[in-house]
Amino acid sequence: MSDVTVVIRGGSVIGPEGILRADVAIGGTTIVALAETIDPPSGAMVLDAAGCLIGPGLVDLHTHLRQPGREEAETVESGARAAALGGYTAIVAMPNTEPAIDTAGVARDVLALGRTALAEVAVAGAITVGRAGKALAPMGELAELGVRLFTDDGAGVQDGALMRRALDYAKGLGVTLAQHCEDECLAAGGAMHEGCWSSRLGLPGVPAAAEESMVARDIQLVRLTGAPVHFLHLSTAGSVELVRRAKSEGLAVTAEAAPHHMLLTHALVQGYDPVFKVNPPLRTDDDVAAVVEGLLDGTINAIATDHAPHAPEAKDVPFDQAPPGMLGLQTALPIAWQVLSGRLGPERIFALMSSQPAAIAGLGVTDARRAGHSAQGGPVEVGATANLCVFDPAATTVVDPLHLASRSRNTPYAGRTFTGAVRHTILRGEPVVVDATAQR
Amino acid sequence: MTGPQHLLSVADLGKDGIAEVLRVAEAFAEVERRSVPKVPTLRGKVVATLFFEESTRTRLSFETAAKRLSADVLSLAVANSSVKKGESLRDTVETVEAMGIDALIIRHASAGAPHQVARWATRARVINAGDGGHEHPTQALLDCFTVRQVLAERKGAAPEELGIECFEGLRVLIVGDIRHSRVARSEVLAYSSLGAQVTLAAPGSLLPPSLEGWPVTVAEDFDAALADTDVVSLLRLQSERGSGSFVPSLREYTAGWGLTARRVALLSDDAIVTHPGPMMRGVEIASDVADLPRSVVVQQVTNGVAVRMAILFLLLGGEWPGHE
Repeated sequence: MSDVTVVIRGGSVIGPEGILRADVAIGGTTIVALAETIDPPSGAMVLDAAGCLIGPGLVDLHTHLRQPGREEAETVESGARAAALGGYTAIVAMPNTEPAIDTAGVARDVLALGRTALAEVAVAGAITVGRAGKALAPMGELAELGVRLFTDDGAGVQDGALMRRALDYAKGLGVTLAQHCEDECLAAGGAMHEGCWSSRLGLPGVPAAAEESMVARDIQLVRLTGAPVHFLHLSTAGSVELVRRAKSEGLAVTAEAAPHHMLLTHALVQGYDPVFKVNPPLRTDDDVAAVVEGLLDGTINAIATDHAPHAPEAKDVPFDQAPPGMLGLQTALPIAWQVLSGRLGPERIFALMSSQPAAIAGLGVTDARRAGHSAQGGPVEVGATANLCVFDPAATTVVDPLHLASRSRNTPYAGRTFTGAVRHTILRGEPVVVDATAQR
Repeated sequence: MTGPQHLLSVADLGKDGIAEVLRVAEAFAEVERRSVPKVPTLRGKVVATLFFEESTRTRLSFETAAKRLSADVLSLAVANSSVKKGESLRDTVETVEAMGIDALIIRHASAGAPHQVARWATRARVINAGDGGHEHPTQALLDCFTVRQVLAERKGAAPEELGIECFEGLRVLIVGDIRHSRVARSEVLAYSSLGAQVTLAAPGSLLPPSLEGWPVTVAEDFDAALADTDVVSLLRLQSERGSGSFVPSLREYTAGWGLTARRVALLSDDAIVTHPGPMMRGVEIASDVADLPRSVVVQQVTNGVAVRMAILFLLLGGEWPGHE
């Protein structure tokens, strides 16, 4: 074991055969040994993981990195740093940048910036040119670069015929379209969930039907075309039920939910603080319960952050004028742990945040077209690439907006404490986060 | 015990707070009847009006109220201010406050803007003079004040003698564009916390999407509800908030929900008609109805000054009642 570079001692590995008390030896970029006790050779870095779970590095299907165009809010570097601190070893950059990621040139720039970042950066391409919903973006050219997900996120493709055409076209490319489900006519002008709080607060609301009607439409388009659709950030009980039924029929649909939709409700808007403005909006207690139920029964495949940084001056405006979005990367795993750990085993929680999103993003170990990315999402076994998240379920995460790695401060969890904390993150064998501190 | 620091919502006052506002306003109404209607109560205090949305009566009413209390009044004309150069609401507020302002009276097209201003303000008291489709607390207070005044006149009593018991069981019918109306939201809170029974009447598209938690009933038959009410509060159809497309036409709205001469005949003899203004004669209120004695629109405007004097006095200088 002379080529061992890192030994993680004292933790329990979430492996393919279950949870196993084991030390982990890493040589270069690869896991070289798993054993109850590994004596580190001299020169190897030793990471303490006593009481910790060692799982595959997390994979975020839904990160807004804001570069190019909004570098005051986030950059690839700062977003990936936040990701690493949150236990992520891969993130998928959403294409609603300025300009949008709708050409190979822009995609190439973002991928290049990601190469030296603290987490691997994949990109999602736009479905339509400029995300304007009028004409198909060059999906083939982007697929050549390894882009596996396409979405106009921030907006849904409103025109059903155009979405159908995109799905037909995508089939030949082997890529997946991801939909931000929001009927813009129904949602028009809405600043929060339409319900008892919007009515009382006098804010225009977005009805649940604005999301559900597009989920329903796209399920019919999956039926029509046979092409897969991934549903982004499901937020309503009705959406979860529609996806549940589509899956029971064997249709090729997958879905994700954001941590804030597992925990927060529209009642938080009553102080008119734009930090609680997000799209889709925070909804009711029943919707939160339905989203959690969807995660428990497998209707929802992945937890995805929808990390959406906004500069302080952009959020320091009247509620209806503020852009929607919340930070999420550094709080996702503690929130998932807090909400789910009584009801799902650690291996299932990690699957929701690692192997399952990796498969949807085309970053998993069996995916032949990872194009420049290492195998993400585990399994944690000898011979695998060492992309790891070391999580201490007994520690606490205290959220201080001023001490987040993001360039922005718009976390809805300021001052809150969650049980569990990310301790170390290993990217391709390199400890990029040690004891909750970024190493470069 | 001290009262609220700001007046953002009628809910900040509660029943006792509203009673105190009405009591103090009665005293200031007396001041207004003097030959020199001015008292030195707030001498040395500076009050600023920041109206980010058009207004005639509310702004003039607040400024008149402040001047009658001898406060100095600054008026930010948004159209000629740094706001037009792109200055943010927060910077505008912090700039104005830095000049030593004691009270910021704010009107804004965005619901909740005064709440945010109150968080940003370090020492100034913030008064909501209407925020989007949320609330317009002083309007609801002056409506209550006016209704009590009318009830007192009929009894030949002083309003103060009626206390707030006169609102117990009072039937109030709020009619019109409730969905977009800040006056409606404040009136529902004010009347219901005083013990009145509030009923809403509007086409379905102009009701709020959810009335969960509202202490109101919805009238199924507008004409029947009119026959069964003590106060009719008419609201303006707010085309500037997009409510034009919420009904097929103004003609159809008037036919279904306008207070026409025919509908006035359904009212009991004692029923009072209020309107926060500006009125759209011929739409929500027939022109000859607006000028009937039972319509107290002009009295409402007069009373607005006394009620706003009371609010300024209580927030800037006076005492709030303790809770028993």
